[in-house]
Amino acid sequence: MASVRVLVGTRKGAFILTSDGARKAWEISGPHFPGWEIYHVKGSPVDPQRLYASQSSGWFGQVVHRSDDGGATWSPVGNKFSYEGEIGSHLYYDGTSRPFEFTRVWHFEPSLTDVDTVYAGVEDASLFRSTDGGQSWHELPALRQHRTAPEWQPGAGGMCLHTILLDPSDPARIFTAISAAGAFRSDDSGASWKPINQGLRSEGIPDPKAEVGHCVHRLALHPARPDTLFMQKHWDVMRTDDAGETWREISGNLPTDFGFAIDVHAHEPDTVYVVPITSDSQHFPVDGRLTVWRSRTGGEEWEPLTAGLPQQDCYVDVLRDAMAVDSLDACGIYFGTTGGQVYASADAGDSWTTIVRDLPAVLSVEVQTLA
Amino acid sequence: MTGATATVRVVLPAHLRALARVDGEVSLDIGGAVTQRSVLDALEARYPMLCGTIRDHHTLARRAFVRYFACERDLSHDPPDDLLPAEVAAGTEPFLVVGAMAGG
Repeated sequence: MASVRVLVGTRKGAFILTSDGARKAWEISGPHFPGWEIYHVKGSPVDPQRLYASQSSGWFGQVVHRSDDGGATWSPVGNKFSYEGEIGSHLYYDGTSRPFEFTRVWHFEPSLTDVDTVYAGVEDASLFRSTDGGQSWHELPALRQHRTAPEWQPGAGGMCLHTILLDPSDPARIFTAISAAGAFRSDDSGASWKPINQGLRSEGIPDPKAEVGHCVHRLALHPARPDTLFMQKHWDVMRTDDAGETWREISGNLPTDFGFAIDVHAHEPDTVYVVPITSDSQHFPVDGRLTVWRSRTGGEEWEPLTAGLPQQDCYVDVLRDAMAVDSLDACGIYFGTTGGQVYASADAGDSWTTIVRDLPAVLSVEVQTLA
Repeated sequence: MTGATATVRVVLPAHLRALARVDGEVSLDIGGAVTQRSVLDALEARYPMLCGTIRDHHTLARRAFVRYFACERDLSHDPPDDLLPAEVAAGTEPFLVVGAMAGG
């Protein structure tokens, strides 16, 4: 019988939640790496027993752990992330130029075809790759050295490369997103990059043709339709059907289009999920009611999903990497909150249960569907 | 203490003990001068997973929120090639790597 494994990164450690395909009874393992901030844990689609975990600490810096047994045991691997060539600079919050400086790994994206290849999105924004299972890391410097990089500025969370999408139909195509530079696409395995931000509109960026500067919070795609991307921008939910050449807004009837997380149903490329957050100054659900909104039409028309979710006095946030879907027949949706709850739906969002409710603040949620 | 081998005791903070999978103190044999640099070099050689967690990978500068103590003295700002106190080189006092106090 199929089962699922939910990988949860929190402010104070990692947790692994497992269940059979019914997704009703859950076993909780953790904390792994107690006391460390775990920005992200993700498994290889080639070998689901291979996991990568990003540990970060203001005291002790970046550590990377790898598991070859689905998280039962872990071993530290390489944690040296060196920018290659000329370091270059970006804009800081105060408008001055600052040299790029590595701080942490926000996101791992394991290769779709090779168990030992994994990409890392880091702060200050750049893309790294390991081809030896995380033992060593090498920058793909063309993105950080893009001619627009001196104009990039950090978002409130830092200047992070937080989204990496690999195109299953084209091994050379990679999408990334950086707060607050925008989205980028490479069609040559990272050797060169194109900003893909046309059609985005952001307050404070009067030039509608601005190449960069938009605070993209998250991108998502369905593997069967990789030219269609969905974006949760700082404000606005957006869609492209030409691999980012042009974007159009699909916020439609959402109660607010600010938010962080966005994902796509595993079997329905036009079914999209977001968690609207009140505003950029009020990072909690509208009116204290935690609600996932689903569009079955690829955007514009959204329906609220509330069954099983708290509908009063709920003032948590759902961060950008904290939503994921499984690929069971009835698609499962999962998300974690800054209040430490992890919610699951085994019926594509129609109803929700709480897997666990008192973890540290959840930074990331990934799901593995196991045979 | 140049020319001889000293056995130096090092106390790590809890997070780094867990990372290095050690309990209690670490004993390191140091050939030559016993300095911050020689002790930390030996520590990282024995426990490579600690590379980058105490000192920056590239500059080898002490990370901002890490401090060094010995003999009830804060040695954090001492030059890395200064000799450590004789008691550390003699193994009667440990060299302490400490995570700076901060909330959260």
